[in-house]
Amino acid sequence: MFKKNNSNYISSKETKRISKENRRITSEIEKKRNRKHIPESEYLTTMKNPENVVEFDNVHTYFFTDIGVVKAVDGVSFEVPQGKTVGIVGESGCGKSVTSLSLMQLVQRPQGQTVEGEIRFNAGEKVYNIVNTPISVMQTLRGNEMSMIFQEPMTSLNPVFRIGEQVDEIVKLHNPSMSKEDVKRRTIEMLELVGIANSEGVYRMYPHELSGGMRQRICIAIGLACNPRLIIADEPTTALDVTIQAQILDLMRSLKDKINSSIMLITHDLGVIAEMADYVVVMYAGRVVEKGTAQEIFKTPSHPYTIGLMRSKPVVGKQVDKLYSIPGKVPNPINMPDYCYFKDRCELSCEKCNGSYPGVIKLSPTHEVSCYRYQERKEAGWLMEEHLGKEGASERENKE
Amino acid sequence: MMENTKKISDATEKTPDKNDNILEVSHLKKYFPIKGGMLGRQVGAVKAVDDVSFTLKRGTTMGLVGESGCGKSTTGRTILRLIEKTEGSVLFNGKDVYSLSHKEMRDMRTKMQIIFQDPYSSLSPRLPVGEIIGEAVREHNLVPKSEYQDYITSIMNDCGLQSYHKDRYPHEFSGGQRQRICIARALALNPEFVVCDEPVSALDVSVQAQIINLLKTLQEERNLTYLFISHDLSVVEHISDTIGVMYLGGLVETGETADIFANPLHPYTQALFSAIPMPDPDLKRNRIILEGSIPSPANPPKGCKFHTRCSHCMECCKTVEPQAKDMGNGHVVKCHLYDTK
Repeated sequence: MFKKNNSNYISSKETKRISKENRRITSEIEKKRNRKHIPESEYLTTMKNPENVVEFDNVHTYFFTDIGVVKAVDGVSFEVPQGKTVGIVGESGCGKSVTSLSLMQLVQRPQGQTVEGEIRFNAGEKVYNIVNTPISVMQTLRGNEMSMIFQEPMTSLNPVFRIGEQVDEIVKLHNPSMSKEDVKRRTIEMLELVGIANSEGVYRMYPHELSGGMRQRICIAIGLACNPRLIIADEPTTALDVTIQAQILDLMRSLKDKINSSIMLITHDLGVIAEMADYVVVMYAGRVVEKGTAQEIFKTPSHPYTIGLMRSKPVVGKQVDKLYSIPGKVPNPINMPDYCYFKDRCELSCEKCNGSYPGVIKLSPTHEVSCYRYQERKEAGWLMEEHLGKEGASERENKE
Repeated sequence: MMENTKKISDATEKTPDKNDNILEVSHLKKYFPIKGGMLGRQVGAVKAVDDVSFTLKRGTTMGLVGESGCGKSTTGRTILRLIEKTEGSVLFNGKDVYSLSHKEMRDMRTKMQIIFQDPYSSLSPRLPVGEIIGEAVREHNLVPKSEYQDYITSIMNDCGLQSYHKDRYPHEFSGGQRQRICIARALALNPEFVVCDEPVSALDVSVQAQIINLLKTLQEERNLTYLFISHDLSVVEHISDTIGVMYLGGLVETGETADIFANPLHPYTQALFSAIPMPDPDLKRNRIILEGSIPSPANPPKGCKFHTRCSHCMECCKTVEPQAKDMGNGHVVKCHLYDTK
């Protein structure tokens, strides 16, 4: 009786039906993926803009769970231009990491599947559509053309192998013709590049002998060992101290220019984004709610969620009596509403918000937002600041 | 419950003057022994807390900042006598915490509480929330049995939890709500002093704001005193009245929050503050990037502990340990740079 009142309650019969249905869908996709000899024409494509390294085009990554389909990434589109840093911000569970994992094809299969959309990756001569690329081809791309730096430097290194072996491994794998001495030389070179003074000594050390900052440097060295075109940094500094964070961010910035690659930086820290990113993508509940250049996002945040996020973070040198907090919580990912996902938490929602999910509205050539407020504004010259009240407006003035 | 809140308000009314220190910590030291050799003898010590002294006024918040491994949490726990000190004294309401007998300490514990960092591992997964919050209340017989349920409900309401949450288990809650349970558990005993050991670091930005606001409201309502341990400087600036900056087991700078942020004196504090990422893409700052990482507390450098990473290092820094120097308005700094002044 107690359980029936709970809206999340699902009977075992229902669960069985869902899981049967899920298996049907996923096995179909898996079958298609596991064919032998997939012709190149199926996964090679062309970039919309050859200046970009990655183009996400309406990507949907779903997880088929026994209690329903979780739309972790639900129609995400953005680009990463060559040599630029794109920051992705959002709260935990908003699909930041799954977006990057989809790009690496590392989503847990068969439950997790990219069911729709295209991820175009520019690997120089060829352009791959990651969604259809077979695993054998992916293996030549991963680590070589794109690589990932993970959040936890403590757990992403293998504790039973020496540092040298772990960096050697990736160099050797992608350059099979290299001799042993060359591989070692390359590894030592990489360790020096990431600012490890005693590189010969560290080569023979185990991960537990190093501090968190040093370990993250090793992870960066592993990531950069093959001069990738794209580095995906998934919360690279969250586990580190402020002073070490400054070191690592500084290092990443200088290395990016040195090997001319792009960075996709995933974080929930707006401060880190402001320092590193050229372009910012704000995600909420699996969708992009706002994107634009760093200038646009920080000077004129437009989506109510972005504004709320900025106001809820205490900023050094700006005293407020009470921090703003976004009311409510993220909706249940299994039963997403069909109206704007943010409507229930939004203080500025209007009648129009009851309609279907708002489309993308361009505020400038680079600044896009998904909110009905701006559709009106476009039509009637309506200004956001007036409705935000004095506090919001004066805050913005202070920043400028 | 009424009785208890009355007790607290009595205590505060008695001494409304500004010099009412709830906590006086002097020369507190905590060394963890390193055992080694065949016989397991002590071969060294990790100097986790090395000569820390500060006072805390009733109803205020002191922020304790520093890198990980600098002894912030150990300081907090040694004050609460969750781990035993090596040297020094801790006076709580004028009484030496370490001179109390086991029984007296039990009563004292209701007056000082702690909120832990990780709300995922600090709650027992096998107890319903009402039991987690009420366990200590019943243990200490703080309220009569007949009022017990109402008391728990009112505490939960104060902390933003609903009364029907009482029968649920911790896994049914989100991170922010778990932290509320931790806060409710600490406050159920009506403490005067709460150590907040990184209470918001594991939470999302928007949830973080809710918890900080809650802590602030509760402080105003109950006249609580916080020792707020955190490595997030922007949070510390927001919540604290005074700040202590720790480096390698020692306090290098203490003072009013506004003073320290406007005019950081110690080179370490300056470097720490310059490393804070600011949400403003146009801001270009002269960042002081510290080389290397924090030395091992088992074998701290001689003289000033910071001299190995300091950009202003002088000859005397390497041999002579700097003394605390008051630069006015309670702004105390330990650095040779200010010796001559």
